[in-house]
Amino acid sequence: MTDTTVPTDANVQTGLGRFGEFGGRYVPEALVAALEELDEQRLKANHDPGFIGELAELHRSYTGRPSIITEVPRFAEHCGGARVVLKREDLNHTGSHKINNVLGQALLTKRMGKTRVIAETGAGQHGVATATAAALLGLDCVIYMGRVDTERQALNVARMRLLGAQVVPVDHGSRTLKDAVNEAFRDWVANVEHSHYVLGTVTGPYPFPEMVRDFHRIIGVEARQQVLDAYGRLPDAICACVGGGSNAMGIFHRFIDDSGVRLIGLEAAGEGLESGRHAARFSGQAIPGVLHGAFTYVLQDEDGQTVESHSVSAGLDYPSVGPEHSFLRDSGRAEYDSITDDEAMEAFRLLARTEGILPAIESAHALAGAMKVGRDLGPEGFVLVSLSGRGDKDVDSAARWFGLLDEGEV
Amino acid sequence: MSSLATQLDACRAQNRPAVVGYLPVGFPDVEGSIEAMRALVESGVDIVEVGLPYTDPLMDGPVIQTAATRALESGVRVRDVFRAVKAIDEAGAAAVVMTYWNPVLRYGVDEFAHDLAAAGGSGMITPDLVPDEAAPWMSASEEHGLDRVFLVAPSSTAERLASTTAASSGFVYAASLMGVTGARTAVDDAAELLVSRVREVSDLPVCVGLGVSTRDQVAQIGRYADGVIIGSALVRCLVDADTPADGLRALRHVASELVAGAHESRR
Repeated sequence: MTDTTVPTDANVQTGLGRFGEFGGRYVPEALVAALEELDEQRLKANHDPGFIGELAELHRSYTGRPSIITEVPRFAEHCGGARVVLKREDLNHTGSHKINNVLGQALLTKRMGKTRVIAETGAGQHGVATATAAALLGLDCVIYMGRVDTERQALNVARMRLLGAQVVPVDHGSRTLKDAVNEAFRDWVANVEHSHYVLGTVTGPYPFPEMVRDFHRIIGVEARQQVLDAYGRLPDAICACVGGGSNAMGIFHRFIDDSGVRLIGLEAAGEGLESGRHAARFSGQAIPGVLHGAFTYVLQDEDGQTVESHSVSAGLDYPSVGPEHSFLRDSGRAEYDSITDDEAMEAFRLLARTEGILPAIESAHALAGAMKVGRDLGPEGFVLVSLSGRGDKDVDSAARWFGLLDEGEV
Repeated sequence: MSSLATQLDACRAQNRPAVVGYLPVGFPDVEGSIEAMRALVESGVDIVEVGLPYTDPLMDGPVIQTAATRALESGVRVRDVFRAVKAIDEAGAAAVVMTYWNPVLRYGVDEFAHDLAAAGGSGMITPDLVPDEAAPWMSASEEHGLDRVFLVAPSSTAERLASTTAASSGFVYAASLMGVTGARTAVDDAAELLVSRVREVSDLPVCVGLGVSTRDQVAQIGRYADGVIIGSALVRCLVDADTPADGLRALRHVASELVAGAHESRR
């Protein structure tokens, strides 16, 4: 176990949306009024029993919360024999943790009297969740998605369209998540009067990192109680994948004060750190800078131009990371490691074969992290893994990866 | 007195709005962009906005993004911006850099300010840096005598108009509409209202940008604004051209038309 200084909410927040030096609000002036309105509304909602009750009821009767925890002993044999327990966000309606945040933001959209939501998506899970909430609450919905991602996540594109959303492929830049975020911001600047941007992760300008974390905090709140009830103790380590970092912040946050629990974020090392084709913001050559409204670690070149990231997982393929992760990393409270495409896909295969669970490729990075940390901890160890999403959307990618499709088969 | 103020005062003395023209450095290449900026000055543009190409220009529409992306692909560097600034200064116009914040942060805010001032630049327009986050730029600009042009938008509250203009110098950039750069068929009525709201809280000159592309629009806006900012309509001349020479010819023609609009706006 690691002995670390424990930040609490009181000392993490050091100014308007700052986690230490990270965060802030680097946006066009046109958006400032909307950000201020959003902050005011969500702070009010946090104390409004009506809002809290409505969201809790949606969690219970629509999302399927609380999500269960599942011990995976056959998988754990590949993790040094440590006890491994999964927090099953994959069982949520729409197939990932993303719905937690989206339902909260969709309710806020209604409260603000706005009628349209904009979102960006990489793997499609956030887009599907947003399209779902929009259908449920009767909001118009536009989803921006990099052209590359629409191709590798075609099933989710179809799903969003079936739900009534307009999916707009983005052909600028690297044509992945980063460029979809740019396009979503542009739409928002032009339509801020009646549209809310449902940002999908714990980054962006204040109050998004804090608000999105708060909506996902339920993951860790539930998991902490569940492991205490079932095992009478806290885990030694929590593993979660980190793209923008929303599922990781969601499960980490309730444990921040538990100094004996190691918080381990797993980034995508893609084809390997030395290849330059990765999304490892903390393990690579990234330094702090500004991208998409926040001061945080960013993969960038010596001129401050954003460097394209790479991962087999569309959801982790992002050159920046939530500012609170940057703070947790620099303060030493959380550890960050990176997992290559090969390692993630091996963990994907193992969980499927040993436990009958197909994880999202994003979540497979967390599983690969559990394999590493489990071997460090040994048979006495106890690892909690955030299984942030299910692998239905990744069946095609995984089948191709493992060569399971004959020529011409889809 | 900074050269932004000098230029704006001179225009005011002639009872006409200043014409502010935007071009990104490095498109079609660094030399070509500098030549195009000189052509703007020769066509009567008073202030040149030197755009620093950036990978994630979230305030820009497709025309400017296309030019910026091609400039980056052809290898433009941050330091090239200072060559362009120097050339504009030597050509007799004021040069102001328009840039997203991260390239400046990476270069070093103080180093950037130093090199910009040394090249004869007047200041910087910062589309994604609001005064609330601008402490390092406030002190660097003071130290190096540079102007800070912040943006105001139709959605800005009265309180923010006051605080933003108080942090600004040179001029205030009034975004004519809620949206990104790119030509529009009509400039929103919101522009005139915004300019009058700024005048209630500040004596700084107000220049209007976003969506301005025609001689008539310049003439119309020039009746109430101190300056008119044109970007995409100029950049398009270079983006659409078959050859650099064609691009320059088109640019001179369009710039002269826009300048004519400024000269006839208050007659």
